[in-house]
Amino acid sequence: MRPTLDDTRPIYLQIREMIEDEIIEGRLLEETQAPSTNQLVAFYKINPATILKGINQLVDAGILYKKRGVGMFVASGSKQQLLEKRKEHFLREYVEPMHKEAERLSISEDELHSLIFKRGGHPNED
Amino acid sequence: MKINFNQVSFTRKQKTILHNISFQLEGPKIVGLLGRNGAGKTTLLSILTAFQQASNGTVTLNNETTFENEHAVEQMIFVRDHNFEYETEKVGDYIETYAKFRPNFDHGYAHQLLKRFRVSKDLEVAKLSKGMASAMQVVIGLASRAPVTIFDEAYLGMDAPARELFYKEVLNDFMEHPRLIILSTHLISEMETLFEEVIIIKNGRLFTHEDKEAFQQRGYRITGDEQSVNEFSKDKTIVATQQLGPTKSVMIYGSFTDDDQRRLAELNLERSFVSLQDLFIHLTEEENEDDE
Repeated sequence: MRPTLDDTRPIYLQIREMIEDEIIEGRLLEETQAPSTNQLVAFYKINPATILKGINQLVDAGILYKKRGVGMFVASGSKQQLLEKRKEHFLREYVEPMHKEAERLSISEDELHSLIFKRGGHPNED
Repeated sequence: MKINFNQVSFTRKQKTILHNISFQLEGPKIVGLLGRNGAGKTTLLSILTAFQQASNGTVTLNNETTFENEHAVEQMIFVRDHNFEYETEKVGDYIETYAKFRPNFDHGYAHQLLKRFRVSKDLEVAKLSKGMASAMQVVIGLASRAPVTIFDEAYLGMDAPARELFYKEVLNDFMEHPRLIILSTHLISEMETLFEEVIIIKNGRLFTHEDKEAFQQRGYRITGDEQSVNEFSKDKTIVATQQLGPTKSVMIYGSFTDDDQRRLAELNLERSFVSLQDLFIHLTEEENEDDE
């Protein structure tokens, strides 16, 4: 878990993304129990209502589900679902702005490609 | 727990301190009461807890008038700055005496908390440092487990670790014993994550009372080329402006619509989030110019 929250985005979103990251990176496995509201309140020192808002969004999205009397669990297939969502996010938040910036700097398509492969340690460069 | 503030005004020595304030609070919930020094926070809380009577309007707790109503007053605890200069009792005895009037008082919890705050039961209350006196009051406030628990800038004099401990205990104890907790403060950056709702008082008037996140999201910052920023913000409420060469950044207070989102992209502007503290500072700042 990320140790701290920042003040650049709403807190419930950060809680939600933090749990998503745990699932994507495999620290939180499908069909295992997610951290409880109490644990998150104690860890981040934030109001339980804020935590619930983040968790409820994950429930609505089908990433978490509630087992009565036990707590929240990670749904099967959630990792795949999150990966797809994050790929769209990657396109929008990283790839598109990169193309925009490249245009601004008059970097050609070819030049951009070679820059990506060079930086990213593409296998062909080995 | 339901508190109803109905058109409350308060005037002292011909000076109006609170102007026609109305709001409803329903717990369990943690509420932040925010306002600059002198905005009227303490007056509002002392009327809420029936230490003072409103000049106009009514205050009810679960539909009962609070003023001179023992039953209502018993359910509320108001922790505020207090002068202990002549208090010769020892901390332990002082707390015991106090606890007699608090039906839900948890002695075990009080002792645990005293230890955590490193306040000895054997010290004379009058001899406590400011931070220790605050800690003792926080202990009483939490351990009383009153259905309505109010801390008026309770952290005064506490050092950073003690304040951290206070915030942590408020949350822990709220989870275990849900109740209506009101925290008044102007140290917003430290405490904003504790709140579910905020009440903001500005110049004795109610500025807003709403869900904290909803309030916070009505503030945002737009940054980009000066002309585009001006174009985007021409019919919006700007609460702060910064400029660096041809780049301008404005903080806007108001809703952000789908149409705004589209214009943002067209004008190639960037939108960013503002903290509760930032928003509060700018919304309560222009005060002195039109002061009565």
